Amino acid sequence: MTLFKHELRRGRTALIVWTAAIAFLFAICIFIFPDMKSQTEGLNEVFASMGGFTAAFGMDQVNFGTLTGFYAIECGNILGLGGAFYAALCAVGALSKEEKEKTAEFLLMHPISRSRIVTDKLLAVLAQIVLLNAAVYALSVGSIACIGEAVPWKEVSLLHLAYLILQLELAGICFGMSACLRRGGLGAGLGLAAVMYFLNIIANLSELAEFLRYITPFAYADGADIVTNCSLNAVLVALGIAYGIIGVGLAYWKYCRKDIM
Amino acid sequence: MKAIEINGLSKFYGKARGIIELDLSVDEGEFFGFIGPNGAGKSTTIRTLLGLIHKSSGSAKLLGMDISEKPEKLLKDVGYLPSEAVFYPGMRVKDVIRFSAELRGKNCAQEAARLCERLELDTGKKVEELSFGNRKKLAIVCALQHAPRLCVLDEPTSGLDPLMQRAFFDILKERNEAGATIFISSHVLSEVQRNCTRAAIIRSGRIIACDSVEALAKTNARRVHIQGAADVSALEGVRGLQTEGGSVSFLYGGDCNLLLRALARQKIEDITISEPDLEEIFLHYYQEGGAQA
Repeated sequence: MTLFKHELRRGRTALIVWTAAIAFLFAICIFIFPDMKSQTEGLNEVFASMGGFTAAFGMDQVNFGTLTGFYAIECGNILGLGGAFYAALCAVGALSKEEKEKTAEFLLMHPISRSRIVTDKLLAVLAQIVLLNAAVYALSVGSIACIGEAVPWKEVSLLHLAYLILQLELAGICFGMSACLRRGGLGAGLGLAAVMYFLNIIANLSELAEFLRYITPFAYADGADIVTNCSLNAVLVALGIAYGIIGVGLAYWKYCRKDIM
Repeated sequence: MKAIEINGLSKFYGKARGIIELDLSVDEGEFFGFIGPNGAGKSTTIRTLLGLIHKSSGSAKLLGMDISEKPEKLLKDVGYLPSEAVFYPGMRVKDVIRFSAELRGKNCAQEAARLCERLELDTGKKVEELSFGNRKKLAIVCALQHAPRLCVLDEPTSGLDPLMQRAFFDILKERNEAGATIFISSHVLSEVQRNCTRAAIIRSGRIIACDSVEALAKTNARRVHIQGAADVSALEGVRGLQTEGGSVSFLYGGDCNLLLRALARQKIEDITISEPDLEEIFLHYYQEGGAQA
């Protein structure tokens, strides 16, 4: 647990900053909802006239004038993208940062196995992601209550669960990358999260690109789909979890064998 | 019991040479020097022994335990001082020391305080505020605070001022007298000559000599210093010939009679013939290749 606690201490500032940033944007979005609701008709007309982009962002499936529709699109994008970036950053640096900053030698001079190092660092990454999501979820529900709307528990909870799984999947993949890299890989982590986000938009734009839904985690975390069906796509979620587990497996395999320079 | 036992250990980085078929054994309780210039393979040997990098072939044991099996068990009794110590930014010295002890699952507060006092290390400072020498001191505390049976020290004195070097070697001698094995890699030959009982010389990834420091320093070669004008360039066995002002200095490994005969014909004012120090022996091994250990 020593290393786990150490990792949490090291990541404390980043966790606070990212949580505060996402929660702040969430609160703003929720607090402007009553004003948006009064302009529903105009807004729905605008969004309906955006052609392919309406479908790309799932705005053809939901009504922007309802809290669930507004929440799925606006808040979903904030937590989807923001959470994905945070998870990728957090995981991609977990192992590689030690080599980049040359602290790996200090760590490995202690009687601690490499698999234990991987486990403690992985648990710390997962704990930070869960903490961020728990804080955002609590603040989000509190904000909805503050504006006097009834909390759509099932939809909101499903949305947050989907984004949590998305972040865990990306974290798993980036954690695997982290074990293979020696120079930090911040760009690679952020790049992966951004590419996954845009793959989902492309998949929504054209039927020809629908196969991309089996690659990107943003497909099962598509807010419009979730609030419309009030469920998660089990196949896509299972695939996502499998990708994450493969990433974690790669991290164990690689880190236990690699030379620490 | 052997503290270190290496048999045919090799490490290659792709096609690049690290160490080649190293054989070495260090008894428990020895104060052992591992000598070689930068890039000879000293750090590669140490890092392979400690499991930071994986061997290409051969085998090695530390304190009777195979290095390929459970390094976490093996490192409990080992203290390692890396040549370049880097710590987590943002941490204070005392936090690093405590973190290191916690990773070992030991309470080393008393010994850590004693070491900090002897090395004059300010525990309240942040690691990024430390000079290179103070970072080294912190690394020494982390390497020794748990009273290891085997201390592996890679270039330990770089960055330490002479007073601190003395304090550091005093601590090592105490540990050695208490039964700990000290394995020190260095290219500062005088410190090996002063402190170690045995030493090995490594060149281009191979050990070229391994013996007691006394025996290593014994050689037929002699340091000859002549005051006056002397031309010895025609003599066989002259190495490192240096002419400066009115003096000539060289290392001579040839027939003494030939040297005396050659000098008798020349106009010299003074002559000193002495045993070379380890520094010169080291150069001898490096220039001539030395004998295989």
